[in-house]
Amino acid sequence: MLIKTRRPTPIPESQVTPEAVHGDRRRILAGLGFGALLAGANARAGLLDFLSPAAPAPAVAAAPRKPLVYDRGVIPPGLVLTPEEKATNHNNFYEFGTGKTDPARHSQGLRTEPWTLRVEGEVARPGTLDVAQLIAAGGLEERIYRMRCVEAWSMVIPWVGLELGKVLKGFEPTSRARFVAFETLHDPEQMPGQKSAYLGGGIDYPYVEGLRIDEAMHPLTLLAVGIYGRTLPPQNGAPLRLVVPWKYGFKGIKSIVRIRLVETMPPTSWNRLAPDEYGFYANVNPAVDHPRWSQASERFIGPGGVLDVRRQPTLPFNGYGDEVASLYAGMNLRRHF
Amino acid sequence: MAGAGRLALVRGLHVAAHLGAFLPLAWLVVVVPRGALGGDPVEELIHYLGMGALRLLLLTLLVSPLAKGLGFGPLLRLRRPLGLWCFVWGCLHFATWLGLDLVFAWGLIGAELVERTYILLGFTALVILAALAVTSLPALVRRLGRRWKSLHRLIYPAVLLVCVHFWWSVKSGWIEPAIYLAIALALLWWRRGALWPPGMRG
Repeated sequence: MLIKTRRPTPIPESQVTPEAVHGDRRRILAGLGFGALLAGANARAGLLDFLSPAAPAPAVAAAPRKPLVYDRGVIPPGLVLTPEEKATNHNNFYEFGTGKTDPARHSQGLRTEPWTLRVEGEVARPGTLDVAQLIAAGGLEERIYRMRCVEAWSMVIPWVGLELGKVLKGFEPTSRARFVAFETLHDPEQMPGQKSAYLGGGIDYPYVEGLRIDEAMHPLTLLAVGIYGRTLPPQNGAPLRLVVPWKYGFKGIKSIVRIRLVETMPPTSWNRLAPDEYGFYANVNPAVDHPRWSQASERFIGPGGVLDVRRQPTLPFNGYGDEVASLYAGMNLRRHF
Repeated sequence: MAGAGRLALVRGLHVAAHLGAFLPLAWLVVVVPRGALGGDPVEELIHYLGMGALRLLLLTLLVSPLAKGLGFGPLLRLRRPLGLWCFVWGCLHFATWLGLDLVFAWGLIGAELVERTYILLGFTALVILAALAVTSLPALVRRLGRRWKSLHRLIYPAVLLVCVHFWWSVKSGWIEPAIYLAIALALLWWRRGALWPPGMRG
């Protein structure tokens, strides 16, 4: 088992929501607060409700998500899952707008079926991969990982997918393959952020990311097709995305259409936009601040309202140092941030 | 227009200014529970409150050119409610960052205020706005006399600080902050005579 947490973050009992309350929170909230607020009958409950936004109501019908068959993962000791509603309504996916709720609002029409991924470059057997077939082939497993955004907030998310390394091996990387380049779908008709520099935050699309080959082949690196037991919603990168738990979230490129194995370090979108703020490696590192904010701690987005949010120390390599620190032995991580 | 009609108009605008600044805050209480700002509304709240403060600041600065352009002096009375509401929105913006983003981690707050120049700029603007808010008490306006006017000219550097603070704070994209900065510069350009009094011209 690779998911070890030697230094679990201590989370007080008070922060853990009882499962019954958690599962029932929409009804409880509705009963306590919002209905009462509308009726003007209970201002105090209304105020409490204000601080517990747990039932986002998207304006459009949510894209259908299919249940997946997978080996269940275990929640590492000391971790609490981020509620699904929060993980699916607080996203960075600039192709659908730069606001945190824009992706959930504007991505529900994304056509994710059929979807093929092309794997090419320094491989002996270049080819395509049909995502529906990949899911049907089985062997999916759940990985419950910390997710640390470069913006200094974090979540704990149950991903469902396959080890990227196992998938890539099927295409037989050659000895010249030293890096892996990833590319998101480029379809301005479906992705309004790609059509307008204003909506898309000025990123040069398509979004591209990259890993060193040893990072890509590392058993923690996941090619995810689902979260919380079902296929990915579009705002989280449907139908196929990358998850590299020891790196900042922006490395987890979404809605991938192309993977290219290459000899030289590929360009990456955020690095191109602001090279002094975002490096190629982007390993979670509390000792190296973003130029505009501290990376020493993070807001964990867990159960409860905004008043339950706690700041917790950020761990080197996001807590996966035992597994991955050796990949960077001898490297100056302040320079290669 | 008759004098009474004009006064009624100003009174109406006064009420509109108060409602216009207050209702978007009340709106938050209604929509945040429904998830309109996302599952974790902190970042959006900070942005919403900051943008509101900036817009109110620009509106405050728009009053004088408007009053002069229209030849309608009583309009100047709108500066006080707009400026005070700008301060309220700015305080809520700051308090949200303090309490919900950094969660009252005072050591971190102190370090961020000192180390992150864009935060320092925003904070400086808030301190200026605090000074202007306090000295807008009628008793103090009278007591300060001529000095009140020079003190309240600090709103000009404040709006520039806020615009740079906004530009610096965005993760990507410059179009929106550029628009706000352009509006601020236009409003300051209109006052260039006051900013650079004849006596100080070289």
